[in-house]
Amino acid sequence: MKRHIEFKDTQREIHNFRLRLALSLGFVLLLLLLLLARFVYLQAIQQSHYQTLAENNRISIVPIAPGRGLILDRNGVVLAHNYSAYTLEITLSKVVDLKTTIDELAKLVDIQPGDRKRFKRLLADNRKFESLPIRNRLTDDEVARFSTQRYRFPGVEIKARLFREYPYHDQISHLVGYIGRINESEIAQLEEDAIAANYRGSDYIGKTGIEQSYESELHGKTGFQQVEVDAGGREVRVLSRTPPVSGNNLVLTIDAKLQGVAEQAFGNYRGALVAIDPRNGEVLAFVSKPGYDPNLFIDGIDEQSWNELNNSPDVPLNNRALRGQYSPGSTIKPFMALAGLHYNKRTPGHTISDPGYFSLPGSRHRYRDWKKDGHGSVDLFKSIVVSCDTYYYGLAIELGIDNIYSFFSEFGFGKKTGIDMEGEVSGLMPSQEWKQKRYKQKWYAGDTVSVGIGQGYNLVTPLQLAYATAVLANDGIAYRPHLLKEVQSSRISDKRTLETNPESDLNLNSEHLALVKSAMVAVTQPGGTAAKAGAGAPYTFAGKTGTAQVIGIKQGEKYIESKIQERHRDHAWFMTFAPSDQPKIALAVLVENGGHGSSTAAPIARKVLDYFLLGKVPRPLLDVDEAEGVEHD
Amino acid sequence: MIKRRVWQRFVAHLDPVLLMLLGLLLLVSLVVIYSASDGNWFRVLAQMTNILVACAALWIVANMPLHYLMRAALPAYLLGIVLLIAVAFFGEITNGARRWLNIGVTTIQPSELMRIAVPLMMAWYFEKHEAMLTLKNYFVATLLLLLPVALIARQPDLGTAILIAASGFYVLFLAGISWRVILTFLVLIMASMPFAWSTLHDYQRHRIMMLLDPAQDALGRGYHTIQAIIAVGSGGIFGKGYLNGTQAHLDFLPERTTDFIFAVYSEEFGLLGNVVLLSLYLLVIARGFVITANASTYFTRLMAGSITLTFFTYAFVNMGMVSGILPVVGVPLPLISYGGTSMVTLLLGFGMLMSIHTHKKLVQT
Repeated sequence: MKRHIEFKDTQREIHNFRLRLALSLGFVLLLLLLLLARFVYLQAIQQSHYQTLAENNRISIVPIAPGRGLILDRNGVVLAHNYSAYTLEITLSKVVDLKTTIDELAKLVDIQPGDRKRFKRLLADNRKFESLPIRNRLTDDEVARFSTQRYRFPGVEIKARLFREYPYHDQISHLVGYIGRINESEIAQLEEDAIAANYRGSDYIGKTGIEQSYESELHGKTGFQQVEVDAGGREVRVLSRTPPVSGNNLVLTIDAKLQGVAEQAFGNYRGALVAIDPRNGEVLAFVSKPGYDPNLFIDGIDEQSWNELNNSPDVPLNNRALRGQYSPGSTIKPFMALAGLHYNKRTPGHTISDPGYFSLPGSRHRYRDWKKDGHGSVDLFKSIVVSCDTYYYGLAIELGIDNIYSFFSEFGFGKKTGIDMEGEVSGLMPSQEWKQKRYKQKWYAGDTVSVGIGQGYNLVTPLQLAYATAVLANDGIAYRPHLLKEVQSSRISDKRTLETNPESDLNLNSEHLALVKSAMVAVTQPGGTAAKAGAGAPYTFAGKTGTAQVIGIKQGEKYIESKIQERHRDHAWFMTFAPSDQPKIALAVLVENGGHGSSTAAPIARKVLDYFLLGKVPRPLLDVDEAEGVEHD
Repeated sequence: MIKRRVWQRFVAHLDPVLLMLLGLLLLVSLVVIYSASDGNWFRVLAQMTNILVACAALWIVANMPLHYLMRAALPAYLLGIVLLIAVAFFGEITNGARRWLNIGVTTIQPSELMRIAVPLMMAWYFEKHEAMLTLKNYFVATLLLLLPVALIARQPDLGTAILIAASGFYVLFLAGISWRVILTFLVLIMASMPFAWSTLHDYQRHRIMMLLDPAQDALGRGYHTIQAIIAVGSGGIFGKGYLNGTQAHLDFLPERTTDFIFAVYSEEFGLLGNVVLLSLYLLVIARGFVITANASTYFTRLMAGSITLTFFTYAFVNMGMVSGILPVVGVPLPLISYGGTSMVTLLLGFGMLMSIHTHKKLVQT
């Protein structure tokens, strides 16, 4: 009985067990089907989606920075070039302890606190697996020392990179400018211009001068490499490569030797000089003194050098040729003379009697001539030769500010010349309208009197005056001044020459021009204000001196140069073109606190002309001593 | 003649069908480990060693009569519990979990022992009370299960705890626990979910959250899951080809030779490879069910069923986790992933299955 029941129980038990086993099998099959469904979904239905994700994972686009174009002068002299140098670079993601690594490296190569600071800044801006320089420009010794120890430094490598160099250092610096690391506002600008992609892989961008103005020519086209990367972002292999296209070389209109002569001629003076070929507007020399060494800026200037440059009373960072605004002084007299002839206010033969001062009708205020006792009987020719102020006081009143304004505007006064360099300022050519707007005051006749001798509201830049001189020299046919002569593509010998079409013809009367020009030639000859500078020249050249007052002189007080602080002395101007019959060069020189145009500015111009026309290389210019016979203008 | 007899005795307790299927899966393991380790022969040789050791364990257990196994149940279980308690007090902490016990010579992970000891103990308990199974017996068996599961979950080692709980549940289920109890339990578990959530460690919660939305933390904890799914999905129908998986070979996959080896396999062999693998697993499970169905005693039926279903659970949980339908718990892909301990545990299980199958025959004849 018992056995029977047990047997029966076992039967039922086995039945129950097999039922549950079957259920388990069903459960297993169900879940396996679920897995299968998931696999079909992922691998058949969504395959392309995940394929794309996997490809994006593994393929990374790595930019290859193009080589920057060279900057050359008109004769092929290199003003900015690239050189390859070794850098010591660290890839953070491969380094265990950064501080120890750098400390150890410092025992092999020279690593200054500044290098560490710079590296920290780079780290903050870049991704972990990028290789970043801790030291640039390693010496051969340092390379050798590191190479023998490199097994100790995983993640540290020596790499060859291209560096920009300006071989002329503080010469030509204001013209060529410099490049520097791209900053955030520049990135924003690049993005706005939709060219940010072309700067992936580029660390530098032009900041000033030609480097800035022709950034798009110089930069080149960034190449790309498709590389397979692993999860750590490390390159595994290169899949495809689009090579970069190097930036174009720029041939400038500048003559580096002429520029050098001009810079040297300044000696220790501050100032600016712009020389233009009046026949086509090519800028031959573009000097702003003092200069600075643009090489300092490339990898971020160190604090000490920056403070020295930025706090210097000489303001070496100011591009005086382009941005310095000065009273034109007597240099405007030839233009005033032309205006007088043009508006029939003066004839060549018309003479005035100069008592040494000018007064407006009904006023006792005396506008003094620089020559206390006056020049006696003065006609137009003489007014330029001796730089008679009284002649132009009266002429200015007769012309009126409106005529002066419109005539001078034709010569580019108060307007940007449109030179191909960024940052130009427009100077100032005052008008009634301007004064109303600026000072909410009406224009007085006295204002016109001051404007007439270039000591009023009017301001010019050395570039503007050089341009106006070139227009005058070229008989009123104006060419826009420009610095770029030719663009050379690095790929093939594909050259682009810049168009130099006349911008405008002022339609000046040739007799008027001839008279004024002959008077300007007389300026450089015995009896003229620049006779000393013109002495012994085997060519004839036209010129005009000028003085820009830095401080005002009270009525009845005499300007005595030796009694005035150096920084308060007048600025000296000289404008000239040569040879006078067929001008090949027109230039304007400004010497800050140089006193008189005749003693400081004109000799500089003479050296430049001597070199340009005769190939004469001057001896270092001696400091001009005020004591040696001052000629007023 | 003698040779043949020795050979016959050698293979007498092995099941040729199961052996062939296991051999195929182990071959796949070596092939995939070679790829997953970027052609590292040492890894492959090490896995071969694991397999050889595990096969020896399989042969020994397969040749062991079942009453030996039954006798081992209680001591193994008690030893396991003692060790787990020892771990709780003196265990070494690695990665924030206390799982290992230093016994002087080496360190051991007592939870591994429990993978087999727990179902063994439960099956033995039911066998003992086979004559009159009452609700009380099921209750006691449940306690026998919950004690080690709780200790392991506390370590914390949620993956192992869940798998041991599953293996114990299979014993209970096959032992005939009433549907009503199962349902009550399910309801209780559902109701206690919020409470359970509050007792979970942060990283465990995170893993569960990650399952729900891995993209939420694509570069953090979800990264592994996402990269594994990308690997599987990008494999497509035919796979990228052996040794050509980009996700695997460019380091995008974590733990490529162990927990995530399925992603490597799936990327290189595609949907077709997956179907082959699923089929192999299904055949192993089917063979396990045949053995279970034909087992002669209550103990062996429960044991065989639990071993088979636990094997399936391992495979399902691992593939589910890699393909993103289950949270990431540290469960290797059975018979494929690199690793000695799990290989030995698994082949021990199959050794038992073979012992159950062959000793029954011998008893009958």
